This record gives sequence, structure tokens and C-alpha cells, in this order.
Amino acid sequence: MPSYSMHSGECALMDKKEYQKRARQVEPPRPIARNAFWAFLVGGTICLVGQIVQAVLLSTGFTEETVKAPTAIIMVFLGALFTAVGLYDRLTPLGGMGASLPITGFANAVVAPAIEFKNEGAVMGTGARIFQIAGPVIAYGLFAAFVIGILRYALRGVWS
Amino acid sequence: MTFLLAFLVGGALCLIAQVIMDLTRLTPAHILVGGVVAGVILGGLGIYEPFAKFAGAGATIPLPGFGYSMVAGILKEIPKDGWVSVFSGAFKATGAGIKAALIFGVLAAFFVRARA
Repeated sequence: MPSYSMHSGECALMDKKEYQKRARQVEPPRPIARNAFWAFLVGGTICLVGQIVQAVLLSTGFTEETVKAPTAIIMVFLGALFTAVGLYDRLTPLGGMGASLPITGFANAVVAPAIEFKNEGAVMGTGARIFQIAGPVIAYGLFAAFVIGILRYALRGVWS
Repeated sequence: MTFLLAFLVGGALCLIAQVIMDLTRLTPAHILVGGVVAGVILGGLGIYEPFAKFAGAGATIPLPGFGYSMVAGILKEIPKDGWVSVFSGAFKATGAGIKAALIFGVLAAFFVRARA
């Protein structure tokens, strides 16, 4: 009899790495080239839209220095709008990181759970879940920026 | 030309992130965190700024550009605010985007019905 009982420890002690290895064998292989193609196309298109938005803003009087914030706001608005009408969640399965990595994907990661969990309440639903993905991104981004900032501050005379 | 570069470079960044995700089987959230941290580090090394000047929105719209903005905000304020900017600078630079997302999120939750 194969010894897969809990007492043998073989299953109970299967660590995370071993589990992932076995899960990988069962999971169907991913179409890496096709995913990469769609990520490129979708992500590139969103960035192209961002460049157009920026060009329009520059023509209305913003400078290279001041144009970043309004561009981000408009792109976030577009991401939020497409999420609200349910289109962004149909783009993500196709575009993958092409839909998720641009700032419109960040907006989607904020707005989608805010809507999805509204039934759990305005505070513990929308309020708490709104940071589900954005929270880790902001927390670790700010932490890394803190470490880098300290280093650059210490080197401010040498490297600026 | 600017527009073509934005498309090509932005698309390439997303392609790299997608390939890394497919090869490592990390979750999308892990890739996004990795992307923003990578942008922070490249920004701190002074690599992302010339890259952003070259590729425009292709470099600033993807999440690594968000990380770069955090560092750029700190570096910009250091001469004026000193060590305090290490705490305040990153939010100053990225606050507009973060606040916009949160506001639209709360508004959308108010007006849009949750899908079953």
C-alpha cells in the first residue's frame, strides 16, 4: 500500500516549493508567445493613448514639468470608466499584463474591488477592499522609494 | 515618432512583465509590486529618467513609471526639504494618480451595481 497517510508525513510535510512543482505538472502549459503578443498590443495601445492625452494637454498650456499629474488623472479616469461599464474586466483576460501594468490597470485594480465588495458595506467592503491590489503596490513602492531616498540623501553631496 | 515610441516601449514593458509572469507563475499582484519596485530602483540609479525622456508615455504610463515618479519626487525635494522629503516627496509626485483612483473607486461603488 502506498504510504500517503498523514503519519508518513509525505503529504503533510509537502512544502510550498514541492506543491508548486506538482501543481505546475498538472496545470496546462501557458501559451507564452500568444500571451506576450497580446500584452504587447494592448499595453502598447494604452501607452499610445497616454501619449496622445499628454500631447493634447501640452497643447492646452501644460508644460513638460506639469503635464504628468493631469495625464495620470485622465488615464486613471479612463481606466475607472471602462471598469465601471464592465469593459476593462473583459480586456484583462486577453491583454494580461498589457491591461494590468499601465496606470489604467492600477485604476481597474482600485475600482473593480470597490464595486465588487460594496455589498459588504461602505467601510469594510468598498473602503477596505479598495486597496486590495493597490495597497501592496503603494506600500512596497513607497518602502523601496524610502530606502532609495535615504541612500540618495546620504549621497546628496556626491551624487545629485 | 513620439507616438510610435510610446506604443513600442510601453508594449515591450508589458510584454516583459507578461513573460516573467508566465515563466515564474507569480500572481499578477506580485508582478505589479515587482514592477513598481523595479521602477523605484532604476529611478534611484538615474536610469529611468533618460528612459522616460526617450520613450515618453511608453515609460511613464506602465507601473514602473509610477515607481520612478515616487523616487523622482523625493530627489526633486531633497535640496529644498532635506531628509523630510524622503517621507513626503513620493506622495507629492504620485498623489494625483492615487487620489484620482480612490475617488473614482468610491464614486463607482456608489453608482455602479455589483455584478453577481
